[in-house]
Amino acid sequence: MSALLHQTLSGLATGGIYASVALALVMVYRATRHLNFAQGEMATFSTYIALTLIQAGVPYWAAFALTVVLSFALGVALERLLLRRMAQAPGLSAVGVSIGLLLIFNALSGWLFGYTVKQFPSPFEGRSGGVLGGLVSGHELGMTAVTVVLLLLVYGFFRFTRLGLAMRAAAGNAESSRLVGIDVGWTLAIGWGMAASLGAVAGMMVAPLVFLDPNMMSGVLLYAFAGALLGGIDNPFGAAVGGFAVGVIENLGGAYIVGTELKLTLALVIIAAVLVLRPAGLFGRAVVVRV
Amino acid sequence: MLTRRTLLQGTAAASLVPAGRALAADMPGVTASEIRIGNTNPHSGPASAWGVIATAEAAYFQMINDQGGINGRKIAFQSLDDGYSPPRTVAQTRKLVEEDEVSFMFNGLGTACQTAVRQYLNAKKVPQLFVATGADKFGDPQHFPWTMGWNPSYRTEAAIYGKYLVQEKPNAKVGVLYQNDDFGKDYLLGLKDGMGEHYASMVVKEVSYESTDPTIDSQAISLQSAGVDAVVTAALPKIAAQMIRKIADLNWHPLHIMSNVSVSVAAVLIPAGPEKAIGMLTAAYQKDNSDPRWVNDPGMEEWRGFMKKYLPSADLADANFGYGFATAGTMAHVLRQCGDDLSRANVMKQAASISGLQAPTFLPGVLIATSPSNFHPIRAMQMQKWDGAAWQLFGPVITA
Repeated sequence: MSALLHQTLSGLATGGIYASVALALVMVYRATRHLNFAQGEMATFSTYIALTLIQAGVPYWAAFALTVVLSFALGVALERLLLRRMAQAPGLSAVGVSIGLLLIFNALSGWLFGYTVKQFPSPFEGRSGGVLGGLVSGHELGMTAVTVVLLLLVYGFFRFTRLGLAMRAAAGNAESSRLVGIDVGWTLAIGWGMAASLGAVAGMMVAPLVFLDPNMMSGVLLYAFAGALLGGIDNPFGAAVGGFAVGVIENLGGAYIVGTELKLTLALVIIAAVLVLRPAGLFGRAVVVRV
Repeated sequence: MLTRRTLLQGTAAASLVPAGRALAADMPGVTASEIRIGNTNPHSGPASAWGVIATAEAAYFQMINDQGGINGRKIAFQSLDDGYSPPRTVAQTRKLVEEDEVSFMFNGLGTACQTAVRQYLNAKKVPQLFVATGADKFGDPQHFPWTMGWNPSYRTEAAIYGKYLVQEKPNAKVGVLYQNDDFGKDYLLGLKDGMGEHYASMVVKEVSYESTDPTIDSQAISLQSAGVDAVVTAALPKIAAQMIRKIADLNWHPLHIMSNVSVSVAAVLIPAGPEKAIGMLTAAYQKDNSDPRWVNDPGMEEWRGFMKKYLPSADLADANFGYGFATAGTMAHVLRQCGDDLSRANVMKQAASISGLQAPTFLPGVLIATSPSNFHPIRAMQMQKWDGAAWQLFGPVITA
């Protein structure tokens, strides 16, 4: 029984990793209607920036804030300089560019910072042995809290702010948005910037758990996609729930049902089944286009 | 300034004579004054940290050449970059064999890369000697008589752990965490070799992970709740570091045996926390330059002298330089044994008849030995224990 509880909590902690990256994916998707395959590698790159700052003697939270700001600038710059030129191109071009960015950021991280596995500090690290009777570590608890806060921020942003509304409008119908005075170009850029910031936070939260190397996010991104699709790629709440769900399903399935070799397969089969029944995801809304 | 490029050019200078000037039809790559040797290595890309192995080998052959070569012939060593990508290994290997007409391939690196050219080299009857990987399949003389490994194979290493467990902890409940591929599965096979009939009763839980899995927390919890008190971890550095930390986080104190590929102080123990790994075991076959017991060791002095003269700017803490020194030394030994008959068949024959060679950088008692039926040159290792600051050797040399 305690093992079952332990596997569930551990699944939630791992799910928190997926959920935080899934939120960044949702951010870009809502702002631009595209998936950014480079999201994970950009987050890794941001994490390296944070580590460089910390090693240079900047206090953790200052480095954290600075990294979020720098990542925002990076995201905006990428959109203005690169993605913007794809605006009139077919959707596949943007996909191609984001896959190109994935390779570029991966190689850049390795080239600039090396391939050796590095430790990344955690702001929540208490004593070794963890809390709740050793069932979760202090960092896992802190990271889950950060994910929930991010979720509320993203949700609140789209629901309650004018910029969030403008972003939804711009993504939904660029032409009409321009006519009502929304600067569509800049909302897209800001969407990219915010996604990069979210990714940076995710990276800094994930790195203490899985250790930092240039490929830190490549596996995580797969699971984050799965979580986002399960919950609904246009719904931050759904994506976060999806991320947590994938973590728990994977752990329980691996430990008790199909064994470790098939645990990912099991999680993906469940997702496929859900998507067959509800193509927009558990919490997603189907996009209806009038023709 | 001695860089890899100048070194490679230096050693290749003698090979400026046009290709195809073989001494005899059955001795391709060999002239009266030189023998050409090919190699592929990741000089770029994700595995480029291993590129220095070829740098060390080029320097070693330069030293041999400075001493007059072997049987009057200089060694022209040519190392091409494959970026750790099998398709490029194929292209570069074909180039070396067909355009540059090397006599044979030596110490090509990477399991997947060398698997990609194994069939080709065997079909052309070009020796694929001392490949730089621990995969057990490279010592299979029946099916691939032109291919030979060098590193103690993962299977050999695991067999040593199996023997150690049966002898020292016969009542242990053993759990295994392994990567779900050839690398990880070699460890399961090796443990079965080493434990024999005890495997079924001693090993209570085997859990795998995929190389894409971000964490192994769930697997660690499964092992703990199965009552395991001795863990064998067959994982690459990142997962190894996670496993060490997770075991400490769980406040669990099993005997922990770690795969020898993941025992680097810088890449595994420091990230995981050196104090969390105290008591962890692994097996070794080479002397560690940072270990104070080898400060005045003649073998290590020989290596340090070589490094000082030929690679003065290299980092002595990088074990890859010691590795390249030993592989090139093994190769030179085989060429000396060949005498004047440098046909591919004789090179292969001599490579398969090394009797008890003690490399200067190897632990005393760990000998390099091959025979027509044994294409695994290194089959013995010694156990060592992490004390929080360094690896401490203990016990006898164990032969798989």
